[in-house]
Amino acid sequence: MQTIIQFTVDVLSLGGAYALMALGLVIVYGILKLVNFAYGELIMVAGYGLFLMNGSGLPWIVMAIVAVLIAIATGIATEYVAFRPVRAKSVTAVLITSFAFSTILQNAALLFISPRPRNVPLPDLFSETVEFAGVIIPVRNLITIVASIILLVLFALAMKKTVLGIAMRAAATQFRMARMLGIPANLIISSAFAISGFFAGVVSLLWIGRIGSVTPGIGLEPLLVAFIATVIGGMRSLQGAVLGGFLLAFVNTALNYALPQGLLQFRDAFTFSLVILILLWRPDGLIRGPATGQRT
Amino acid sequence: MTLVKRGNLLTLVILLGLLAILVILPGLFQARVLERIAITLAINLVLVVGLQTFMGNSGILSFAHIGFMGIGAYVSAALTIPVQMRGMALPDLYEVVKAVQVSPYLGILIGGLAAGLVAAVVAYPLMRLSDAPAVITSFALLVVLHTIMQHWSAVTNGPRTLFGLPNVTSLPLAAGVAALVIVAALAFKESRVGLLLRASRDDERAAGALGANIPLLRWRAFIVSALIAGIGGALWGHFITSFSPKAFYLKETFVILGMLVIGGTNTVTGAVIGTFAVTIAFEGLRALETILNASKIFAGQVVGLTEIMLAVAMIGVMYFKPGGLFASTEIGSLILRRFNKRADS
Repeated sequence: MQTIIQFTVDVLSLGGAYALMALGLVIVYGILKLVNFAYGELIMVAGYGLFLMNGSGLPWIVMAIVAVLIAIATGIATEYVAFRPVRAKSVTAVLITSFAFSTILQNAALLFISPRPRNVPLPDLFSETVEFAGVIIPVRNLITIVASIILLVLFALAMKKTVLGIAMRAAATQFRMARMLGIPANLIISSAFAISGFFAGVVSLLWIGRIGSVTPGIGLEPLLVAFIATVIGGMRSLQGAVLGGFLLAFVNTALNYALPQGLLQFRDAFTFSLVILILLWRPDGLIRGPATGQRT
Repeated sequence: MTLVKRGNLLTLVILLGLLAILVILPGLFQARVLERIAITLAINLVLVVGLQTFMGNSGILSFAHIGFMGIGAYVSAALTIPVQMRGMALPDLYEVVKAVQVSPYLGILIGGLAAGLVAAVVAYPLMRLSDAPAVITSFALLVVLHTIMQHWSAVTNGPRTLFGLPNVTSLPLAAGVAALVIVAALAFKESRVGLLLRASRDDERAAGALGANIPLLRWRAFIVSALIAGIGGALWGHFITSFSPKAFYLKETFVILGMLVIGGTNTVTGAVIGTFAVTIAFEGLRALETILNASKIFAGQVVGLTEIMLAVAMIGVMYFKPGGLFASTEIGSLILRRFNKRADS
């Protein structure tokens, strides 16, 4: 029983974080059909934002909001630097520019801050634990679960009910048609990047809450997770991204519990091999998104 | 045998001519530094042209190649480190391999073959994917290979540095291999497989409708390209003689990819010119970085400046020439075309 509770909490908290990471990536991919390699760096800049505000005396929640705003701003900057000028050209061109932009941000952090990990201010709540039915659970895991559920529900509602959400879904299915019906393309794309940045910012808070420090390479793991989750779930479907996130968390946690110590260090290799197997079975991912037209 | 066309022959003459200059130049100046840069450049040529055989013909961006470079380097290392040094360099090596020691040249070849073999096994399912999922899975493959290299202590000495490889990669050897690879890449491009693959790159559906078995074509190109990457990695290993798995990860991927993209993915000329341009610029910038660090103008260490410059150059090339410097035509055909035009008018 205790193991089951422990396992469930682990899967849900990890899965919540993974699902948010994947959503942030797929919201851009869904509309533009383009992968944003600089996504991990959005998480990094939010982390460094927190680090730079360390000792400013602001309440933590204000610092957290500013950090998320920094991630949103960087997300929009990504669009202007890496996507807008080459959007109409080849797919490879955009992959390359976003990869290059990610390198710029990472090396800027190396150059101007430090290659070494930097501690980030966190509220005491993040390091406390609660006991439930004999199981010790870190409060930060519960925060992650609650935060991700609230965000996922709000996001689903926003996509279904608001004008912007409906316009974005329309753009994701038939971009050209949506434009002809008067949806401003640039606004939709910028909003997608802003939302992506918002998710990255929140993920950054939750993720760094687990680790406690920020390094220039911190974005790599979330980026990989988002990649894998979206590929498993289906690159074009928002539900798929969420499902993929939870599934990946389940597999990772299960391997953590099941693998002997000697093999545990190869966990990533096992997970990624599983991804390859899933793709063999369903090359489009588990949930097939809406049929899509061509990109602009 | 479309390789024997005037345009292609001229391309070969020009590219191999560049390589010849690379071999002769350090000899003229008798400078050790120059020779090291020239060897680095030749090895980069092998890696970049190897990547071009897959990426240029299939049109799919691949991140996995540096992983195959790593396989080549480690396999060759396990077979060629002198037996008396094995105890120190690779204490946990399997008994079967422990007593085996082959000549480094054979080791380089086996390294390449091993990389090709691994590619043949793992890549087959991946070749069904196109566009973004293909790119993402190749990225995942790089992570898998890196994870294995970092933790398979018996063969790779774990995340620690592996040392003791015999230093056999001389400038003539590296340049010779690079020349072979350039010829092979052009020949592959003009072969039946290469031609069909390029058709699938330009229009996947049309090529498929004409009966091209696209996954199989891509698979062949991927193996060829992994084989070359493995040989390149083994050459690099025998040049640098000690390395750790860190060497075969994102930073190296970025540099190799940058060279190919700046030069032009679709042409062998682009791969070669891009390698020359970026390696020279890179070495220059790195020297500048060292000078800046030595003169202590800035408070901290200057790191990452070189990568930032390369990234800016990549974005710049993508803005103005999204196909790279040589987007679709090899240099030989380009010159002939201009020449003919002038003759006509």
